[in-house]
Amino acid sequence: MPRSTKSEKLYIRRNVPFELYEINILNAGDAELQTISRELGIGLSLDEMKVVQQHYRKLKRNPTDVELQTIGQTWSEHCFHKTFKGKIVFEDEEIESLFKTYIFRATKELEPEWCFSVFEDNAGIVLFDENHGVAVKVETHNHPSAIEPFGGAATGVGGVIRDILGVWADPIACTDVLCFGPLDFPHERLPPGVKHPRYVFRGVIAGIGCYGNNMGIPTVSGAIRFDESYTGNVVVYCGCVGMLPLDKFRRQARKGDVIVLAGGKTGRDGIHGVTFASAELTEKSEEVSRPAVQIANPIEEEKLKRAILRIRDAELASAITDLGGGGISCAVGETAHRFGLGATVELDKVPLKYAGLAPWEIYVSESQERMLLAVPRQNLNAVLQVFEEEDVEASAIGVYTDDGVIRVYYRGETVAEIDVPFLFAPPRVRRKAFWKPPRIEEPQFPEPRDLASTLMELLGSPNIASRENVIRTYDHEVKGNTVLKPLHGELAGPSDAAVIKPLDESWKGIAISCGINPNYGKIDAYWMAASAIDEAIRNNVAVGGKRIALLDNFTWGNPEKPDRLGSLVRACQACYDFAKAFETPFISGKDSLYNESPLGPVTPTLLITAIGIVEDVRSVVSMDVKTPNDLLYVVGETFHELGGSEYYALKGFVGSSVPKVNASKAKQTMRSMGEAIENGLVKACHDISEGGLAVALAEMAFTGGYGVEISLEKVPVRGLTRNDFILFSESNSRFIVEVSEKSREEFERLMRGTVCGCVGKVTRTSSFCVYGLEGEALIDVSIDVLRRRWKSGLGGSQL
Amino acid sequence: MEIRVRGKPAVKREEARVLIMRVGGTNCDKETQRAFQDLGAQAHVVHINQIVKKKHMISECDALVFPGGFSYGDYVRAGAIWAKWIVAKLGNEIKRFLGEGKPILGICNGFQVLVEMGVLPAFHGISEFPEAALATNSPPGYNCRWVYIRHENRGNCVFTQHIDRNAVLRIPVAHSEGRFIFPKEKENACLEKLLEGDQLVFRYCSQNGEPAEGAYPVNPNGSFYDIAGICNPEGTVLGLMPHPERAFYWWQLPDWTRKMVLPQYGDGKQIFEGMLRYLEKKF
Repeated sequence: MPRSTKSEKLYIRRNVPFELYEINILNAGDAELQTISRELGIGLSLDEMKVVQQHYRKLKRNPTDVELQTIGQTWSEHCFHKTFKGKIVFEDEEIESLFKTYIFRATKELEPEWCFSVFEDNAGIVLFDENHGVAVKVETHNHPSAIEPFGGAATGVGGVIRDILGVWADPIACTDVLCFGPLDFPHERLPPGVKHPRYVFRGVIAGIGCYGNNMGIPTVSGAIRFDESYTGNVVVYCGCVGMLPLDKFRRQARKGDVIVLAGGKTGRDGIHGVTFASAELTEKSEEVSRPAVQIANPIEEEKLKRAILRIRDAELASAITDLGGGGISCAVGETAHRFGLGATVELDKVPLKYAGLAPWEIYVSESQERMLLAVPRQNLNAVLQVFEEEDVEASAIGVYTDDGVIRVYYRGETVAEIDVPFLFAPPRVRRKAFWKPPRIEEPQFPEPRDLASTLMELLGSPNIASRENVIRTYDHEVKGNTVLKPLHGELAGPSDAAVIKPLDESWKGIAISCGINPNYGKIDAYWMAASAIDEAIRNNVAVGGKRIALLDNFTWGNPEKPDRLGSLVRACQACYDFAKAFETPFISGKDSLYNESPLGPVTPTLLITAIGIVEDVRSVVSMDVKTPNDLLYVVGETFHELGGSEYYALKGFVGSSVPKVNASKAKQTMRSMGEAIENGLVKACHDISEGGLAVALAEMAFTGGYGVEISLEKVPVRGLTRNDFILFSESNSRFIVEVSEKSREEFERLMRGTVCGCVGKVTRTSSFCVYGLEGEALIDVSIDVLRRRWKSGLGGSQL
Repeated sequence: MEIRVRGKPAVKREEARVLIMRVGGTNCDKETQRAFQDLGAQAHVVHINQIVKKKHMISECDALVFPGGFSYGDYVRAGAIWAKWIVAKLGNEIKRFLGEGKPILGICNGFQVLVEMGVLPAFHGISEFPEAALATNSPPGYNCRWVYIRHENRGNCVFTQHIDRNAVLRIPVAHSEGRFIFPKEKENACLEKLLEGDQLVFRYCSQNGEPAEGAYPVNPNGSFYDIAGICNPEGTVLGLMPHPERAFYWWQLPDWTRKMVLPQYGDGKQIFEGMLRYLEKKF
């Protein structure tokens, strides 16, 4: 119990042989309410504390520490998403809820019949075939990873895998998208309490690999971005994809069902993780919040997974949820709330790592590798036996009741009695937001003469260079179902998406891809979001993915600051506009706000994850050029869109010409590409993104091991008269496609109505050859040289 | 302790019972089972807790497999805990099993377990202490990549008798402790013994079959003499670091999208096929 001497009268110790306090809020004034919130570390605002006070005045008693802690956990930004559910005043308009107005609305309006369960559970579920569902979830684990990179990242992976188990799905693949400060950030510029990006980078990557590898789940897709704004606040997105037989999906806890807690023991690790996640990082975060970071044990979760899948298949339980933020308090509370129940919990029954925990600590601890099941009484013994056979500890810790009250006992003492409807009706927040375009000018500089060295520099730049040294530390092949791997072929090229073949008896596959363009967010979060959606979809389309569903993950600064919130509103608006236009519903998402450190806020960062279905994995297309003399096409139009591009960044600019998305044209392009791939006309396909046409083409060439020859005159452009701009513009909705001579006619017929130009061909040489707008030889460099530069960009084996 | 091999009866393929053992942290059991099933054998994955309760399961099966994974989290040393556990609880059953000439396959973590159990290389029968080790990789760290291995066995290993000598197989590795080593002071003597007894089975090599000679990444972990897999003196126990179950089907190959004509299987199939052919034979 954190206490100052001044505030002693606020805490009254109950006369019991363990630590239990009543918090004297009935007579507390504003200042005291704030003191309580701060000293208990529950992160509630004054308004929220007043609502709590009113509630207990009605009950004519003071809350216990267990009760107040439960309320603090449940009402945290992390658990309740106050900002996304709250009211926002933006440009003289009142937005009822960002979530309902933008994210969920697109899904609701599209209403696809293949969405099995969206925004309801721990993970979104879409149909795979008529008997199976694909469950997907992506989480953020930024703050823990900033404090303790290895543990933070590992438990991030562990947590998202439990989200998948929490919908009865078997986890079959992991994804990870990471954003770091520059690896060469000068030490002397690091403020106190901020760890060097290189240290964070190594720790996070080891943590991710450790968890997925040990559990035997392939890590197949991801991205790594570098930007100064992540120096004080690393961004760690962990995703997981699972498969479930739909007839085994159980989601109906009833009165009398036993609450079974299974998995790891409970300790003091992970106390107040959610309140920690819902505040800015400070110099003191390490000292104060270290206990908020949990400890990972992937083998425990592997065993838990086996047991849970057996219980699922034997249909022994009625509901399941994972223990994440808020620990038992949130898992029991949410289950009770969801099924209109109450619950009785006996904290003595919770297996502990060590003695001495106060009841509130047991109730809110976020110790890892734990799941909560609701089990009909007649199945209890069978369930406990499965756990025992798998060497997993499991205990019946309580029972669901039907009176809407959660009663928590410890050593015979009632330590909490909480009204469930009250617990899930926190006061709605009301926030102000505004947005004005930043004052950034489009740079003026002459076209460089030596574009070959510009291309080389881009290939070696941190945001483009090969991630091979990282990806090889992740097992991306365990389970033996990775049909298209993140490192493609002998020469380890960068696949646009990973493809998994999840069922032995079917050729159907799942394509997993992502889109992320934080650089564009510096100019306009609306177009950043549009670009991320376009990129995720085109990566998926490029390998043959169809019927695409999206996940959104927002990492933003403090939403109580109107400018941060304004750009969040802009991004949400784009999410609605483009999800609707592409007919790609959102099925799950997560927001992480308060990403600020002494170095300032992170660049607004939206990750879009796309999950597509591949009808037949035998028709999957990879990105490497295949055969000399095949034709090369650029599909989609190139504009003067270099704002936020890697090319401008190389020149030291941001620029204002942010890439936009023309929804109707983009949709047409995606549709034609999908058809061309389905008809077997495409031998190789690569999406054009960071570094533009030049980088994408170089990657295709050096992964395939053949030279290419293209002419910039033939590239379909609008308003572009400079070679460098055509080569490095990052306009959206574009692909490079390899087509054999014999498929030429059919391909071109299919592409009618889509902007598309035949720009050159694959050659038998090993030279990367580009002719400029005047027909001049612009670039002629060996693909081996390009590949070497690309491979050594992230520091080679020095990492 | 020495193993005396008695004659082994022939088993029909469809009646061959392969027992794939698992424990907390095992994670390549399903794809290993799939490989055997695809080739027509019966394969069962059973938790070691069940086997300890029903020890006769060992004598009732025709082949044992220790699959890949991270048994007990690979704490202490990869495979060490599971190995000691098995020796303590099932040591006699395993000895009897080997005595009947029945085969044991260890893949990746399974290889580590077999070495820690003293079942490999077992120069003079099952050894009380490990005679070799699968040490941390050099360069260090987890490494998931496709490699080439050359078959160098002269006919002793029952799993590879149908594979040409010097044939090159393409199979992926994924581990952080796969550097095969002998005690430094006995390194050459042990190698000689290994070669003499025809216990060397696979070595890391280039695509054309030239020995890696320690060069990374052709030799992905710094293994002594590029050793990727060995067998016991009787040839009935094979341990290897590469994962044949991940190179079983054509669509698992890293660049199948480049091939005009696709094989039905990857090279990994040959290891499983070899074991089943051995079971079908009487000797």
